[in-house]
Amino acid sequence: MTVKLTNQKAWFLVAPVVVLVAFNAVIPLMTVVNYSVQESFGNNIFFWEGVKWFEEVLHSERFAASLMRQIFFTSVILLIEIPFGVAIALSMPRKGPWVSVCLVLMALPLLIPWNVVGAMWNIFSLPDIGLLGKALNSLGIGYDYTQEPISAWFTVILMDVWHWTSLVVLLAFAGLSSIPEAYYHAAKIDGASPWAIVRYIELPKMKRVLIIAFLLRFMDSFMIYTEPFVLTGGGPGNATTFLSIDLVKVALGQFDLGPAGAISLIYFLIILLTCWLFYTLTMKDEAQ
Amino acid sequence: MSKINLRELKHSYLENPSRDEDWALKGMDIEWSDGGAYALLGPSGCGKTTLLNIISGLLVPSHGRVLFGDEDVTDTPPERRNIAQVFQFPVVYDTMTVYDNLAFPLRNRGVPDKEIDPRVREIAQMLDLEEMLLSKAAGLTADAKQKISLGRGLIRSDVNAILFDEPLTVIDPHLKWILRSKLKEIHRQVGSTMIYVTHDQTEAMTFADQVVVMHEGMVVQVGTPIELFEKPQHTFVGHFIGSPGMNVLPCEFDSGVPRFAGHSIETASTSRPAAGYSRLEFGVRPEFVSFCPDGIPVEIVKVNDVGRYRIVDTRAGDARIQILVPEGESVSLGRAQVQFDPAHTQIYADGWIVAEASS
Amino acid sequence: MTRRYKWLLPAFYIVFLMLPIYWLLNMSFKTTNEILGSFTLWPKNFTLENYTTIFTDPTWYNGYIDSLTYVGINTAISVTVALPAAYAFSRYRFLGDKHLFFWLLTNRMAPPAVFALPFLQLYSEVGLFDTHIAVALAHALFNIPLAVWILEGFMSGVPKELDETAYVDGYSFWRFFIKIFIPAIIAGIGVAAFFCFMFSWVELLLAKTLTSVEAKPIAAVMTRTASTSGYELGLLAAAGSLTIIPGAFVIYFVRNYIAKGFALGRV
Repeated sequence: MTVKLTNQKAWFLVAPVVVLVAFNAVIPLMTVVNYSVQESFGNNIFFWEGVKWFEEVLHSERFAASLMRQIFFTSVILLIEIPFGVAIALSMPRKGPWVSVCLVLMALPLLIPWNVVGAMWNIFSLPDIGLLGKALNSLGIGYDYTQEPISAWFTVILMDVWHWTSLVVLLAFAGLSSIPEAYYHAAKIDGASPWAIVRYIELPKMKRVLIIAFLLRFMDSFMIYTEPFVLTGGGPGNATTFLSIDLVKVALGQFDLGPAGAISLIYFLIILLTCWLFYTLTMKDEAQ
Repeated sequence: MSKINLRELKHSYLENPSRDEDWALKGMDIEWSDGGAYALLGPSGCGKTTLLNIISGLLVPSHGRVLFGDEDVTDTPPERRNIAQVFQFPVVYDTMTVYDNLAFPLRNRGVPDKEIDPRVREIAQMLDLEEMLLSKAAGLTADAKQKISLGRGLIRSDVNAILFDEPLTVIDPHLKWILRSKLKEIHRQVGSTMIYVTHDQTEAMTFADQVVVMHEGMVVQVGTPIELFEKPQHTFVGHFIGSPGMNVLPCEFDSGVPRFAGHSIETASTSRPAAGYSRLEFGVRPEFVSFCPDGIPVEIVKVNDVGRYRIVDTRAGDARIQILVPEGESVSLGRAQVQFDPAHTQIYADGWIVAEASS
Repeated sequence: MTRRYKWLLPAFYIVFLMLPIYWLLNMSFKTTNEILGSFTLWPKNFTLENYTTIFTDPTWYNGYIDSLTYVGINTAISVTVALPAAYAFSRYRFLGDKHLFFWLLTNRMAPPAVFALPFLQLYSEVGLFDTHIAVALAHALFNIPLAVWILEGFMSGVPKELDETAYVDGYSFWRFFIKIFIPAIIAGIGVAAFFCFMFSWVELLLAKTLTSVEAKPIAAVMTRTASTSGYELGLLAAAGSLTIIPGAFVIYFVRNYIAKGFALGRV
């Protein structure tokens, strides 16, 4: 490892980034903080409200409900996507022409605009003319995601698995490709079973990428907005109203700036804290 | 344990090798006797790792057979060959302790725990790993990891051979010689065949009883370090081994007498090359060139003092001749005359030695 | 699972990935009557009418141009400013460097929904509302941290001796940076640009909030169509199918870097 030089002039190099990000992050965040502690009656007249909005939000059933839905959604998709993605990466060919084919086809969903993903699944799942909806109904399963909360949840989760499992696959695959050939040779000579190779070589070597995969999937699924919004609009009723959908309703729909500000900050903090906790806990092992 | 026999071995990584360059191994017959310490020496890309992987079973050769004793193992997978291999970069199972790492090959073969335990402790003692048996393998230094890799090979009492693929590449220089003498010691204790791949002649010479020198997919010489030094079978061996390498000088024949720069040369062997070779040379190591009053005239262009002796760089026409001169002898730039020791001067035709055996 | 049947899982997964895409394409070649009137696995009355509409109606094709414009601007801005910053992080230690790096990354963790309203007000205030630059700048908040992180990884893989040799040879910083250093990490720039493109192209919430007429992204045009003109599913499907093309192109060109880019030399 090379030792870095101390050079305060390096600040000139980071200055453009700092200015741009500060303009984009600090000013809006200050606005949010401002709203969260004030009451407004329009005309830009504000009154100091202290932590009233925070108390209100934390005690509101509506916020609790969308938070619970959010946690449930995120847990389910993590439980499906991470093992599923790892399994696919493990069974993919490691070299040869099929690798490119697999990677290109698998990466495709990642580059489709999120609302198109929603619209696509909308069309795909329609009970009367969508392939999935029609298939399920003809199997005798009463499926209608526009009316039935369980169908709606099923569709939203399946859509997310469709949309994002590839990210886990690509990360896990990158981790696998970086394992030196010698490990496989040594394992062969040691007489290790295929399962032992997965358990003692591949999974440990994938640990770091899997942590990144877990963090990215946690963050992005916790922030999910567009896809379920286009697919179900948060319904039926409020069945699939996740945190972001609820927040946009409060902020841009009802223009309740105070509660919106408070929700925003709590929301942001939850993500930051979870990421930080998870990262510190998993990396503590590494340091030993 | 048994001797290893390679018969008419050829290998290519291409599906349909057509040209000579397509072959990574161009055909060889070698026998490795049981319990020997061998070194496979050659520059990178000469095919030595390919050869090693064929012996361990990671590669199936395109042509030829591999025999362990009388058994043909050419198509036997590595785990059933009873071979151990230590790789260039240490391979340890990060999540396991050192103990579990050592026990791993035995557990995979269904050996009962009560037999594993004494064996693990014995090997750990042999490799000085006893104190770290219970620590995680991940955090250890490169040399400890390399010892674990070696230990996983030694743990099985039935190994036919232990193969080393440049095992000291990532080890700190000051630990290299410790590990090397450890290897020597273990070879004496265990007595199994060891094949050590390296591109470093010092490593090869200190470790091995027999050195196999490879060049462009061919074995050019098998011999003891002294044989390689005194009688290189190929000019490549002469260049590659020794520091500085052998002087290889062009010569021509005048009624059966080799001549260089107008002087006739005496050689160790009286056999002469048949007609039809494009390149005729003779080789003599710098150690066996000396100054003498009525020899071949040369121009001394440079004198390098390298401690116990000096390397004298001279020119005879276009040819460059290096001479090793012991300390104390005076050398000055300018004209001089040299002679070659006939007992250590050999004729080479197209690179290969012309000697009794081949005539 | 035995080795022989291993390929089944990825194959099954790819089929699963392709099904909704197939259905979208299928719909895009059908007439409205066929879509609403019957359930057919492939178009019975194959028509290109939906695509013709999109390529002739300016509200539709301008949507594509607008989207690609702000995605392009965003990628250019993000990579350009991230380059020197990543260099600073990979080569020097300076006051507050670690905190700054962490702060940059926290922005990647901010939900776009949190920023939708303040961005709307901020950009209206500075007169950038409904311009390409507004969307490009807003997306830069999420892309710059990522670009800095990716580029830093690649730059750390370039030996420091390269810099030192160039300075000894009398190169000025910027000349060295542009002539020698950038070519050395060109693969990293490709990967960073790919990720910037990806996020900016797929994000809709901010893009929709910050535009109304002039710079409306194609994605937003689609949403409006879906809600105003009732059930023009064929048209919607055709528009959706067309949005897959730029992504597919980009993936094809960077396919050999995808795995490496994810690894970032940090694995």
